Formats: sequence, C-alpha cells, structure tokens
Amino acid sequence: MPNLTKRYPIKARDYLKAGEVSIQIQGLLKIIGFAPDFIRRVSLCAYEAEMNVVMHGGDGELTLEVDTDRVDLDVRDAGPGIEDIGLALQEGYSTASEEAREMGFGAGMGLPNIQKNSDSLDIISEKGKGTEVKIGFIA
Amino acid sequence: MKLTEVKDILKAEITSGADKLEMVIQSGAGGDLMSDILRGSKEGVLVLSGLNNIQLIRTAVIAGASALVLVRGKKPDEEMKAQAHEHGLPLLTTPFTLFTACGRLFRAGLRGVDPKKNI
Repeated sequence: MPNLTKRYPIKARDYLKAGEVSIQIQGLLKIIGFAPDFIRRVSLCAYEAEMNVVMHGGDGELTLEVDTDRVDLDVRDAGPGIEDIGLALQEGYSTASEEAREMGFGAGMGLPNIQKNSDSLDIISEKGKGTEVKIGFIA
Repeated sequence: MKLTEVKDILKAEITSGADKLEMVIQSGAGGDLMSDILRGSKEGVLVLSGLNNIQLIRTAVIAGASALVLVRGKKPDEEMKAQAHEHGLPLLTTPFTLFTACGRLFRAGLRGVDPKKNI
C-alpha cells in the first residue's frame, strides 16, 4: 500500500470516544497487512498520543501517513504545551487530572511508552502554544 | 491454557465471547493503570484488571489482548459489552481480587509476558 494519508480529529476531554481513532488505525493497518507486532507498536503509540490530547490538550488532530516500509504519526493539539519536555519523558512524571487518574490514565508513562515502542520521536512544544508529537515507525 | 480453564480457575462468569472458550491463552498480565497494561502486554495476552470502564476495553484491544478479566466481581455495562463484542474480545468477571486471581492462574501454570521476569 503506497502513500496513504488520513487525518483524524481528536476532541479534548471526550473520554467516552477517546481511543476510537487509534482503534481505527489499528484496523486499517491490519487490512493493509502489516505484521502484528508492528501494528501493536503503532496502535499503542497512537493510543498514548491520542489520550495525551484528550487529557491535556485542547482539541487536536492526528495525521497518519502510511508507506510501504514505514508509518508516521503527527499528533498536534492546541493545549497548554509542555513546559519541560525532558521531565515529561521521565517515567512516572504526570500532570494528569484527578478525572483521568480515576479512569486508570495519568501514570506518567505515556511519552515513555511512545519512546520505547517507536523508531523516532520528536516533540515540539512551548508553554501556551500547544504540542506537536511526531512518531515514526520502520516496518 | 484454554480460556475455559481460566474461567474455571477464576470461577468466572463470561459476559461476552462465550464462543471463544477453546481459545489458547499464552500469557497473562494484570494492572490498574492503562499504560502498565499496554506496556506489560503482548499479542494474545490475558489481561486482568480492577478497572471497569469503556477505556479498559479500548486499552485491551490496543494491547492485542486475547481476553479481559474484570476482578472483584465487577460487571461491565452494556456499552462495554457492546465494544468487547464488536472487537471479538471475550469478557469475564471473577469474584477474586486482582492479586488472588493472578495467583490462581500462576499456580495453574500461566506465566507473565516476559518469562525471564517470572523468577
């Protein structure tokens, strides 16, 4: 499957629908025929990134780019931004709300999980100006 | 271990996916944090959790879980059942706590995702 690009809107604080985008991506990658472990890595990272937008961001958008040998995710939100990216990448560091924690999120493992399961990770963020997370996977 | 054995060992009730009881379970993972469940899982894992919400279903689907067990007798709501059914994810409810449920399965031979960490 060559060059496919899809855009998915993500709504902040919509916990009822949160995760649906990642499940759609998982289904799409299965149809395309990527290996199960690769699909698992991509959908896990998409899910963590999607939940970050739901929990912390203003509304956002996830762009999926699929090529024969790689998949890229670009997740942008209009949220408060990350003050200290190094700190946000530390396991266990969390600024999640009580609401998110009660649901089982906010363990401070989102970005570390993305880092561990992707082949490249680039975070562009500034306090008050939103966040862009670029995640790359080599099939 | 087959899912039907899991059901017996955990004295569980199956609320979705009763047609999949012959499925073979390779490994288990337990947790109450979504990220721990995602990180500690691999394709085909049996996930046990004390959580009980729609996000748990989505997390299990993303984790590639073969089946999901709710502990402490927690009953899924209709939307959880519908989502589990849609994704072909068997859903079970056990009266045991997370600790006891995991212990019973471990004693019966089911191991965690990474065998090297089961020492």
